[in-house]
Amino acid sequence: MSGVRGDVFLAGVGGQGTLLASEVLCEAFLLSGYDVKKSEVHGMAQRGGAVTTHLRFGPKVFSPLIEPGKADLLVAFEKIEALRFAHYLRTGGVMVVNAQEIFPPSVATGQERYPEGVAERLRAVTDRLFLVDALAAALAMREVRAVNMVMVGAASHFLPLPESAYEEALENRLPAGIVAVNTRAFRAGRALIPPGAGALAR
Amino acid sequence: MLSGNEAIARGAYEAGVKVASAYPGTPSTEILESLVSYEGVYAEWAPNEKVAVEVAIGASMGGVRALAAMKHVGVNVAADPIFTASYTGVRGGLVIVTADDPELHSSQNEQDNRHYAVAAKIPMLEPSDSFEAKEFTRLAFELSERFDTPVFLRTTTRISHAKGVVPLGEPSGPPFPPGFARDPAKWVMLPVNAKRRHVLVEERTRALAEFAETFDGNRIEWGDRSLGIVTAGVSYQYVREAFPEASVLKLGLAYPLPSRLFREFAAGVSRVVVVEELDPYLETHVKALGIPAQGKELIPIVGELDPRIVRQGITGEAVPLRAQENVPPRPPSLCPGCPHRGLFFALKKLKVAVLGDIGCYTLAALPPLGAMDSCICMGASIGNAHGMEKALGPEGKGKAVAVIGDSTFLHSGIPGLMDIVYNRGCSTVILLDNRTTAMTGAQENPSTGKTLRGDPTHRLDLPALCRALGVEHVYVVNPHDMERTESVLRREIRRPAPSVVITEAPCVLLPEHRKKQRPVYEVIPDLCTGCKACSKLGCPAIEWVPFTPEEAVAEGKKATQKGMARINPLLCDGCNQCPPLCKFQAILERKA
Repeated sequence: MSGVRGDVFLAGVGGQGTLLASEVLCEAFLLSGYDVKKSEVHGMAQRGGAVTTHLRFGPKVFSPLIEPGKADLLVAFEKIEALRFAHYLRTGGVMVVNAQEIFPPSVATGQERYPEGVAERLRAVTDRLFLVDALAAALAMREVRAVNMVMVGAASHFLPLPESAYEEALENRLPAGIVAVNTRAFRAGRALIPPGAGALAR
Repeated sequence: MLSGNEAIARGAYEAGVKVASAYPGTPSTEILESLVSYEGVYAEWAPNEKVAVEVAIGASMGGVRALAAMKHVGVNVAADPIFTASYTGVRGGLVIVTADDPELHSSQNEQDNRHYAVAAKIPMLEPSDSFEAKEFTRLAFELSERFDTPVFLRTTTRISHAKGVVPLGEPSGPPFPPGFARDPAKWVMLPVNAKRRHVLVEERTRALAEFAETFDGNRIEWGDRSLGIVTAGVSYQYVREAFPEASVLKLGLAYPLPSRLFREFAAGVSRVVVVEELDPYLETHVKALGIPAQGKELIPIVGELDPRIVRQGITGEAVPLRAQENVPPRPPSLCPGCPHRGLFFALKKLKVAVLGDIGCYTLAALPPLGAMDSCICMGASIGNAHGMEKALGPEGKGKAVAVIGDSTFLHSGIPGLMDIVYNRGCSTVILLDNRTTAMTGAQENPSTGKTLRGDPTHRLDLPALCRALGVEHVYVVNPHDMERTESVLRREIRRPAPSVVITEAPCVLLPEHRKKQRPVYEVIPDLCTGCKACSKLGCPAIEWVPFTPEEAVAEGKKATQKGMARINPLLCDGCNQCPPLCKFQAILERKA
């Protein structure tokens, strides 16, 4: 490990498993010798609301929060959640976005439409946008709850860690019974983005 | 890697804590959930924070190290024993954790509990990350015994729920064998004794202030002398991030504060700025010493901070930032299948004022249900309903009800119900029994029949308790059956006597519910007329699919139909609340 540091912002909808995804990411960084801090909110925010995790790694991390405009990587588990927190991404940062649409209350009750042209709006934020269908990948495995690890797999292309670190992290952090399915989900997610898509240069 | 809460639990374990008691509350809940897993520690959920502190005081009297944990507003509930425990002091170390919630991530107010330390004359440690959370917890027990005082440990959400790397230590044995030694002058706070103890409290505070001057948790980090920042807690991390070169006075002891250290620091820098979340607590102290300093004129008093806010506040230079994208809001909502939804849907039809309380069900205040009219604090709903009834007089009968969850009722709702009966009120109290403390993540409580450890215990009988308080009319309904629930409510709100309606159905987040085979419903597109009757439930699983006139015709509908409902099979919990709402029988169980 050198002086590499980075800020990863995870955004999703309460119930999508972002907390567990960030646990696995943290563990992978720790196993690779980084200092890591992460911050998230429990309680009220988890009832289907927008949830975020701030994950920061480097030789020494102070603030547990990422500054707006400073995130190197935004991992969004739902399409408009990427848009909601797009202002956290730094210029030239990478976005890995699950194309899944989960209707917020105003859309579900018909007061407004689910926004159109989200991909275009995201591309206007960064040309390093990777839109993946994590739900389809999880459903292909007949395990809808694996969306989170599919996203970890897709995001892993942009983090300075070897594949083995994630797989070891999954073994360390998950109950034995679900390690196999989550490891498959991680690999399926990794396969969604071609290798060599680019590192998280900083 | 530990969260601040896990680090506090670990620190308490390493300090040899024997008894811990708490009432769950975000962001403090995980302290006890973590502590219960350590061998040799007795940890319990108390029915409320006052009891938790009283249990911890009793354990301290018995000669062991004890801890009570709560969220910031929990200290309000526990303030009574805390203020007098300051006088009695301790035998075994006594630590009270207050987890504050700047930004109100999951709270009803944003109070700054550092003021409690001053008011109760109890020292307060304030860690700035998980590492310090563990170290300071250990230290808190030592200080407690050394200075014969309870000790506050204050965290904020970004300490409690942030994770960092923490090296683990070994647990130390108890400092002395347990046992109670009679000492009425210390423990019996009759005025004659308390008067003498107060003198000791003042002496203790002077001794602690002297300790604060040399305590290594209060430290000056000299850097560039043109800017000196006074800070504590998580704000220290934001300061270090935003101003790596600046001189910093970092305080680990929030009370009492070290005056000489402040003066030394101020003398060494040309500009002093105080960076702290919420109230100008440190700033007031700095200014009282006659030190010219800036604080709240640069740093917001509302909400939490981050490095950007700190940097901009101090430099005064706004760094341009991409504008936030405009997207539909996504507030939290009641889960699909939540039994509370059925109750509130029925309640809304009665057009009564709904005096609410603290729990998941407070979310029923949000659209489209919009079925809650007040929320003040734990247990307030019942007293509120009684007060409103007395205010409105006979014409007000049937115009207001109280809605309160099972755990909240046991926390502090019981005296309110007693008041209604005692003072001949006739309010209707709706008790939501979902067999757990759901909002904080499904904790056990006296009505669940299980302890924090998961061991079986006496299950409190809610209807019997209400009857024992003198309520003659107690009815239990299934809130998923909204028609019956509505008719019982209609009857009870008119009754010229106090009544309690208990809605009984398990929280959908409970593992035993999740494991159950449940049906999934679907909307038959050919039958849906787009009337939106089902949408009014506000269930996240019911999605509206809008049409243009052309799309409507293509779907075989009238061009005037604006859209139709769809049930998301990934979200549907099979609660059966929506099918009866559809006049066209368009909602049916999905065939496997």
